[in-house]
Amino acid sequence: INAPLLYLQNNCIMTSKYNIITFLPVNLFEQFQEVANTYFLFLLILQLIPQISSLPWFTTIVPLVLVLSITAVKDATDDYFRHKSDNQVNNRQSQVLINGKEKWMDVRVGDIIKLENNQFVAADLLLLSSSEPHGLCYIETAELDGETNMKVRQSLAVTSELGEPGNLAQFDGEVVCELPNNKLDRFCGALHWRECKYTLTNNNMLLRGCVLRNTESCYGLVIFAGPDTKLMQNSGRTKFKRTSIDHLMNTLVLWIFGFLVCMGVILAIGNAVWEREVGSLFQSYLPWDPPVDNFLFSAFLSFWSYVIILNTVVPISLYVSVEVIRLGHSYFINWDRRMFCNRSNTAAEARSTTLNEELGQVEYIFSDKTGTLTQNIMTFNKCSINGHQVEKSHRFDSQEPHILAQPLDFSAWNPLADRDFCFYDVSLLEAVKMREPAVHEFFRVLSLCHTVMRELVYKAQSPDEGALVTAARNFGFVFRSRTPSTITTQELGKEVTYTLLAILDFNNIRKRMSVIVRTPEGHICLYCKGADTVLFDRLHSCNHDLMNITSDHLNEFAGDGLRTLALAYRDLSEEQWEEWAERYHGADKAIDYREDRLAAAYEEIEQDMMLLGATAIEDKLQEGIAETITVLSLANIKIWVLTGDKQETAVNIGYSSKMLTDDMTEVFIMNGYTVQSVREDLRYSPFICLSVQAPVHSSLRFLVFFASFGGLFTTVFSHDPLSASLFSILISFLKESRSSWQAHALEADMEQEFLETACACRTVICCRVTPLQKAMVVELIRRHKNAVTLAIGDGANDVSMIKTAHIGVGISGQEGIQAVLASDYSFSQFRFLQRLLLVHGRWSYLRMCRFLCYFFYKNFAFTMVHFWFGFFCGFSAQTVYDQYFITLYNIVYTSLPVLAMGIFDQDVSDQRSLQYPKLYEPGQLNLLFNKREFFICIAQGIYTSVVLFFVPYGALWQATQSNGVPLADYQTFAVTTATALVIVVSVQISLDTGYWTAINHFFVWGSLGTYFTILFTMHSSILFNIFPKQFHFLGKASTLSQPLVWLTIALATVICIAPVLAFRFLKLDLKPQLSDTKKQWKAGGHARRSMGGASGPGGSGLGHLGRGGSRRSGYAFAHQEGFGELITSGKNMRLSSLALATFAARHSSSWIDTLRKKKHSPPAGDSSPAPSVAAPVSNSSSLIGPLETAAEQRGQTNADPQVGVADVAQVETGQCSLVVQVNTICKTLLTKYQVH
Amino acid sequence: MAKNQVGAGPFARRPDNSAFKQQRLPAWSPSLTPHTVLSVFYGLSLICVLLGIWLLITVQNTYQLKVDYTNGSCKKCFEMRKYPANATKNCICTANFKVPKAFLGDVFFYYGLINFHQNLRRYMDSRDDAQLVGRKKSLKFPSTYCKPFAYDENGLPIAPCGAVANSKFNDSFRLVYHQLDGPAVTVPLHRRGITWYTDKNIKFHNPPTNTTLQEAFQGTAQPLYWQRPVYDLDPEDPNNNGFINDDLIVWMREAAFPNFKKLYGILNRAHALFSHGLPAGNYSIIITYNFPVQYFQGKKEVVVSTVTWFGGQNYFLPIAYLVSSGMTFIAAIVLTVIHVKVGRDGKNMEE
Repeated sequence: INAPLLYLQNNCIMTSKYNIITFLPVNLFEQFQEVANTYFLFLLILQLIPQISSLPWFTTIVPLVLVLSITAVKDATDDYFRHKSDNQVNNRQSQVLINGKEKWMDVRVGDIIKLENNQFVAADLLLLSSSEPHGLCYIETAELDGETNMKVRQSLAVTSELGEPGNLAQFDGEVVCELPNNKLDRFCGALHWRECKYTLTNNNMLLRGCVLRNTESCYGLVIFAGPDTKLMQNSGRTKFKRTSIDHLMNTLVLWIFGFLVCMGVILAIGNAVWEREVGSLFQSYLPWDPPVDNFLFSAFLSFWSYVIILNTVVPISLYVSVEVIRLGHSYFINWDRRMFCNRSNTAAEARSTTLNEELGQVEYIFSDKTGTLTQNIMTFNKCSINGHQVEKSHRFDSQEPHILAQPLDFSAWNPLADRDFCFYDVSLLEAVKMREPAVHEFFRVLSLCHTVMRELVYKAQSPDEGALVTAARNFGFVFRSRTPSTITTQELGKEVTYTLLAILDFNNIRKRMSVIVRTPEGHICLYCKGADTVLFDRLHSCNHDLMNITSDHLNEFAGDGLRTLALAYRDLSEEQWEEWAERYHGADKAIDYREDRLAAAYEEIEQDMMLLGATAIEDKLQEGIAETITVLSLANIKIWVLTGDKQETAVNIGYSSKMLTDDMTEVFIMNGYTVQSVREDLRYSPFICLSVQAPVHSSLRFLVFFASFGGLFTTVFSHDPLSASLFSILISFLKESRSSWQAHALEADMEQEFLETACACRTVICCRVTPLQKAMVVELIRRHKNAVTLAIGDGANDVSMIKTAHIGVGISGQEGIQAVLASDYSFSQFRFLQRLLLVHGRWSYLRMCRFLCYFFYKNFAFTMVHFWFGFFCGFSAQTVYDQYFITLYNIVYTSLPVLAMGIFDQDVSDQRSLQYPKLYEPGQLNLLFNKREFFICIAQGIYTSVVLFFVPYGALWQATQSNGVPLADYQTFAVTTATALVIVVSVQISLDTGYWTAINHFFVWGSLGTYFTILFTMHSSILFNIFPKQFHFLGKASTLSQPLVWLTIALATVICIAPVLAFRFLKLDLKPQLSDTKKQWKAGGHARRSMGGASGPGGSGLGHLGRGGSRRSGYAFAHQEGFGELITSGKNMRLSSLALATFAARHSSSWIDTLRKKKHSPPAGDSSPAPSVAAPVSNSSSLIGPLETAAEQRGQTNADPQVGVADVAQVETGQCSLVVQVNTICKTLLTKYQVH
Repeated sequence: MAKNQVGAGPFARRPDNSAFKQQRLPAWSPSLTPHTVLSVFYGLSLICVLLGIWLLITVQNTYQLKVDYTNGSCKKCFEMRKYPANATKNCICTANFKVPKAFLGDVFFYYGLINFHQNLRRYMDSRDDAQLVGRKKSLKFPSTYCKPFAYDENGLPIAPCGAVANSKFNDSFRLVYHQLDGPAVTVPLHRRGITWYTDKNIKFHNPPTNTTLQEAFQGTAQPLYWQRPVYDLDPEDPNNNGFINDDLIVWMREAAFPNFKKLYGILNRAHALFSHGLPAGNYSIIITYNFPVQYFQGKKEVVVSTVTWFGGQNYFLPIAYLVSSGMTFIAAIVLTVIHVKVGRDGKNMEE
């Protein structure tokens, strides 16, 4: 059944919610979905019923309108900025094949657009052809999945032949594909063209958000545009985050409603009794209202009247004030110069204004590694050549190398040197110049043994390689170019061409790579670099001494958190080579077990090597990482690193960032291979926790190592004699396709065990996690630990985690902005996190708590007076105060001082907050505002209301003025109580305010001033003469000139405040909080520093990383299987250079398939490779499993994560698919939904 | 923010280094030191005790005397007012009391009502201030709040309308001093000047008229329970009629609590006998007993009192001050002890 539908999706994205016309209705509709607003609307309606109306209508409508308009203004501004950013993106230029330049928003499905190098892909494209051979093109998908290494995409052979724009314009294929979805790593579709059907996979797609790299230009057909693109599908609607205080507040407001109803019921019962006993007799003076015929009905009406009067216990201004305060805090974050990064010219930004106080309660931080902790810049830092250690800088200069030591100037003798490369040790350069053979050989290895492809602007698959090749280049061994069979270098100015005989590529198990080259002189040489552990086993026995020295050096490097590689070489005789080459070819051509055979062949040749030395590469951390992490962990925040990177890299970063320290000496590695073993490991670890605590087993040392492929779990935890819980867990998830296992740790029955183990640790490092698993880990903690989580990341792969966590922080200033767009806060340096949390978060939390306490207090004090008065006025719902006072109390008389406190208050200065991270703890333990504190506030409010009612009552009911006129009239009572109330709450706010800026003074005194001004105005004869009915309180002189009234007010104030003062003092005196102490010291002028260097961030503990006894080697190969095969196949070469390739034909042309097969090959047990068509499907479906688990939260139906390949395929075909019919010639673009 | 857009240098987007934006505003951060808190407590207690004593002395210099006349000697009238049929019949009774010690200075004469709720919401609303300020329109069309005392059965608007005016206290008193050696003398009372100034001069006005007051109230009915029309409330003083009648104004200022007293008159000290106040001796009040209170179990009383700067006799404040002073003092001592024994300056110091 064909249901054709004209559907030209353009590429315009719209994240804004309103336009000018829809704004008012939509916004009002949204606002009235808030329970509070509806409630006030309900009250307003109640007030319109004259029998119930105990307050005039304006007491509710004025605040309601105020609140609605403030919110509306805020929404409008937000939306305006969204419009602006949408416009900016939509108006980017792109080149459309037929129409020439067009804006992004005008690009439509079916257009063919041209992309140039380093351009962002504008929509989801089907790659048609590219300037590179074989229709290859390279993309960086950092913005999509956060992986920085380049990926290869290839167009279909038929389309890549089109090449010319003219031919492309004739292209009239028809694409049938799946419906838009958010699965980044899969694409199903088919191209019908010239009577043929071609299968399309993700390999042919360029997704919106990718950046084209290393490719001059390419052409693509727009398949999905605008909101249909995978990027936009992935972004989804941002889930509205609420803070725990919000939740608490909502609960409390519900309780207060309950309380309100209780009071209403009590007063209604009182009314019933009163009407029966007294009111019925009083009827001659005041008959019941016509509808009232008995006391019960009167009580019923009285209930509603009291609901109206007492509604001020939950004033509508609560919500708006909270919003205003948060907005203020957000601005302070935006304005903070200390969170401004000069280098990237980016200020911190609070993108969400509703979460600030939660920043003060964070217990778990989930951090991405690459780009967040590290800069993803590798620098060649140290090396050990032939037993001599060379450093980037002298040890003595290590503190401030930029001042004391001059970087070496390579350009003087080496015109090809990279100017950005810094190295300080002159001796190494001298050695190179002296032509020391070992040094030369060392750099020769670096310049030859790699899979770097481009010339001079080195494009390496892993940044480590790039760093090494760049180092060699600067020392005179310049890698110039390569063909499939040769490598040309320039050694000390002289051009040398080596014949490349073989690349023994890197993989996870081998942990090394080698090249076999024939030198121009004709020698055959094997150059190898790899992890020391692997390499040292394969050295010639004569290397023993050198090995020991180098090993020491390596330990030292590793101790500095550097990533090391050992280098070695082996001279091969012609016979050895010939013999091996034969076996190698045999293995290479083998149909089954090719991998294993190749590995065995490689193993054979990589023996008896001569050690050359070792390199140490620094994975440059962001500034101040170690310090930040130390401070944060002192603040009792647990930091988990979730990275897609490899275990070794992660551990290394763990050490260099001080997350793992050397006091975690005993290492326990568990590596589960099957479900059972994982489970056992997890079960076992709590036992070990226990036994570690017992001194008997203190020397417990386990080293269990399952040499599995990438390992499922690796738990490194160590025993610290001081605190047994101090160990860290390192979890490595298997990233690749082993679908049935990968989410084991997160399966329901294992969750608890995983959680127990992980939460006992101070730091947890999870590696090989997919973006989705990141989110799952966060979700797990969120769900089970009831703790506030914060996720920080920079790439699109962190988006899910950022969205899942309570607070998401994006690192801005980098290229990708996906993470920032999804985040709640963004700044450009990880180290700003400590300021965000310890200063802004802490303050926000403190301010919000103080604000809430005071707010509930003041409203209870205000409202409960009516309750007591009820017992004296026949429960008739008469108010104590003037109606205008009731209207203005919350929005004028008391709003500003508490707002000023909520925005400006500080208990200790920011320096002190950072200096004493322990100050952060009250927030985590939620000490400042919880149910207990709430009840204290309420109790205080009720106490105040009792005093405020009964003191004026006692003083006034018999009193007369000094001229004999009685003072017990309603007006005097109302004015006295109101004045006393305003004064008492002002004194209270003065007590609560800890930081009196000029603004606080202005607001507090201003509020009092305003109160009296308005009082006098309203009691003036002018207003009365105009509106006699509305302003019937007349004559201020008679009331406020009475000394009795002022004595009453003073007495009420003393009685209200003295107990508060006493309790505060007792609390301070007996149980001083840390913040009080710190404040005290500051006040006393003591610069005492307790907690020693442990808490002082500038302390000695943070200077240089401790040189450890623990040996850990992080080898500098984090990447997956390299481009070796790609290089030797010659696919990446230009046609001209390809012509030189002699043995290109040796390899199967489907190298990319091989690569893919390797990546996605099913687990070892299931060795038979899937048919090539099915392979991607099965692969992606296995990855989809967990994805859909998350999708569950978004309310979608999901398939069982364990669903079989066939099932998924079934589901896929069951779906209707999107058909894109393309005819660019006639520009008739039709997109149909075809329903199967 | 706008400023940020303008610049283009490397630090163009750097936030301003203003004290406000960097949260470095100069500020005073007070803290509760033992020193200040304890001295505040001792100071408060001292101030309170001084005030309390002063007030107590002041209050003790005032005289007050209450005579409940609801039932006792006025039983006859009390019984009579039980029946609405007798509403128009006059009833006069006498209550006697003795002033043991001369009331020196100005003496004020109040009537008091017990258990009369002038503070019921609907009662308090049941008035029309626009009418009382003399607006013609409101006179003819009283506010709906006045229901059911807005129009009489003939459909005429009631002036003054509403439950408050309708229930106006309408007993009248004559105080007689029985000299030990002479005839009984009627104690002269000022019946004017007993209202708030603003009430008399701003809040209440008669409707404007060129002729008589009666003319002004033409077309209105008197409140149901009133015996005389509003323009004829005070037959003795034509200027005390209409809405500006002092007794009406006093009544219209509603009391906040169900037990209240309202000023009836002030002793006219022009009379030689009373030039120093109310001499000791026997008195009787001759009451025209009109106001029924038995329906709602109310009580009526007459209060005679003198005042000081502080007002009439009122023991609440001095005692409250003394009590709070005592409490503050106890608290201060307890706090001092706690502070010295276990406080921060004591043994918690090391923490």
